[in-house]
This record gives sequence, C-alpha cells and structure tokens, in this order.
Amino acid sequence: MLNRDEDILQAAENWQKAGHGVALATVVETWGSAPRPAGSSLVINDDGTFLGSVSGGCVEGAVVTEALDVIASGKPKMLEFGVADETAWNVGLSCGGTIRVFVEKVGQS
Amino acid sequence: MKLETLTQVNAERAARHPVIVVTDVANGDQRLVKAKDIATDPLSAELSKQLRMGKSGMVEAGGKKLFFNVYAPTARLVIVGAVHISQALAPLARSLDYDVTVVDPRTAFASPERFPDVPLIAEWPDVALPPLNVDHYTAFVALTHDPKIDDPALLHAFERDCFYIGALGSRKTHGKRAERLKAQGASDADIARIHAPIGLSIGAVSPSEIAVAIMAEITAELRLAKETAKVQAA
Repeated sequence: MLNRDEDILQAAENWQKAGHGVALATVVETWGSAPRPAGSSLVINDDGTFLGSVSGGCVEGAVVTEALDVIASGKPKMLEFGVADETAWNVGLSCGGTIRVFVEKVGQS
Repeated sequence: MKLETLTQVNAERAARHPVIVVTDVANGDQRLVKAKDIATDPLSAELSKQLRMGKSGMVEAGGKKLFFNVYAPTARLVIVGAVHISQALAPLARSLDYDVTVVDPRTAFASPERFPDVPLIAEWPDVALPPLNVDHYTAFVALTHDPKIDDPALLHAFERDCFYIGALGSRKTHGKRAERLKAQGASDADIARIHAPIGLSIGAVSPSEIAVAIMAEITAELRLAKETAKVQAA
C-alpha cells in the first residue's frame, strides 16, 4: 500500500517528537508533464530515512541530500528540477516537465 | 514548519476537517487556516477557490508569492450492499486510497470471510449510517438491488453533502426507484443526484469491470472541476 499524505505528515510529527531532525519537501509548482501534483510531499529525517514522494522517483535522491542540509542549517530552500542534462549527468525528470520543491525544516521556530 | 502547525494539521485531518497551510516561499513564513476560518480571512477569496478545487498551488497576493497547501480529508466510500460487486469494489477503492465501509444487514452477505480487512456494519441503514457522518468527502453507493435496503440508504444520502451518489440498476429499475423515493418525500433535485445506471459506460460485464466503471465515475466526480464537467456534457 502506498503511503498517504496523512501517514507522511504523521511520520514527520512522530520523528520530530522522537528527537530526530526532520525536513519536509513539498512540490509547490509544476510545469509541463510533471509526475506528482503540487502539494505532494516527502519527509526526511536525519538518518536519511524518507517517506512519500515528490516525483516518480527521479529526483528523490537529490531532494534527500538537500533536505539533510536544511535540517543542519534550519534555512528553507527552493529546489528546481527540469529535464535531465545528459552531459552533466544531473538528476532530472525524464518526463520533460519541471518541478519546484520547497524544503523546510520541521520544528523551526 | 513549526511542530505546533504540523501537530494541528494532523489533528484536523484526523477529524476530517480540511485545512490550508499558507507559506511565503521567499522566507518560509507560515500559517495554518482552518476551513471554518476562511470566510473571515483576508485571503478568503483565494483560499475558498483552492479549497473548492481541492488543489494545492502558488497564489500571488499582496506582492507575495504564497504556496497554498490544501489538505482535504481522505476520500471515503460507503458501500451499501455486501454483494459480489462490492467484493471487487472494496479492494479497488482501497487501492485508490479511499477509506471503505460496507453496510448490509444480511449477515450472510456481510461476513469477514467475504470482506477480509474491510470495516463491515451488519445493520440496517437507519442504524448503520448516521454514526458514519457521511460528509462532503464521501462517495456513497447503493448496490443491493433490494428496495428495503437501498431506498432508506439513498434517503439518508440525500440529507448529506456527499460528493457522489450511485445506485445499481437499469434505467427501468431506476425509474421505479425514483417513483418510490419521491413517494417518500425525495425531490427531483435529490433524484438527479443519483448516478444511475451506476458507473461510466465502458461496457462492463463482470463484477470487477463494474467496480472499475464505478471508481472511474467517482474519480471523475472528485477530480473534474464542475465547470469542466458541464462543458463536456454540453
């Protein structure tokens, strides 16, 4: 069974209360053919454990890495992913769309 | 997101109350708006529009770029009739993330062997339905073919704001049902809310295929904006 949004947010709350550093990544804008709609989210804790998705699996690795930075710094970040740049071997969306993902720390004051 | 905000979002969602989290993406400033507070909010027009569509998205307001994250309650499916089609419909609806409840007073039908892991209520609709609090985020289907069970169930659904009502039966069966329901006080507008024959017209024959037709119709009702649906029908 897929994780539902409320399971994902409940996990974020549980991890935070258990003393983990937690970040929430949310798709805020999409252009063209994007795999998940705005509002889709991924939660990440300081172990690198994550739940949910912001794409079809194309960019989750990069989002998790950025999220660990956000947990450390406490400063939110906006990430943008577009069509994969083959020469640079960057992560990207093979579907040809572009998404913007807002990453914020849970428990920031 | 503040832990307090997250805790509130989770509590509101557990109570099936819609909430919107508004984030200024330039600096991370955030606030939570409960559905009941939208009318008095400075951004009430924008908030109510996003909530009505059930869609999260960016909104520009007062020179700020704001992200509205709309948390609508999990869609729910109430199935009246623990029949063969329901055995196919319940797992299909669950795979689409619906919370499913099956109601049928006939214990031979409403048995855990026939519906493993599905909440079953083996009571008549007048007892089973009121505690379910059928709300705007609920789809309601009557599948028993038995007027003793389907009719009171549909009369209950008419009193509620559920987003979809469907009832099994041919046009002829539905015509007779409409007459019976009107005799019991239903209005033409109530009757018009019923999708009957139930399901999209895809030539479904087997119970599983009929389940697909029903879930496709419910999905369309949930996801297509009303305006779009009207244009397509015209």
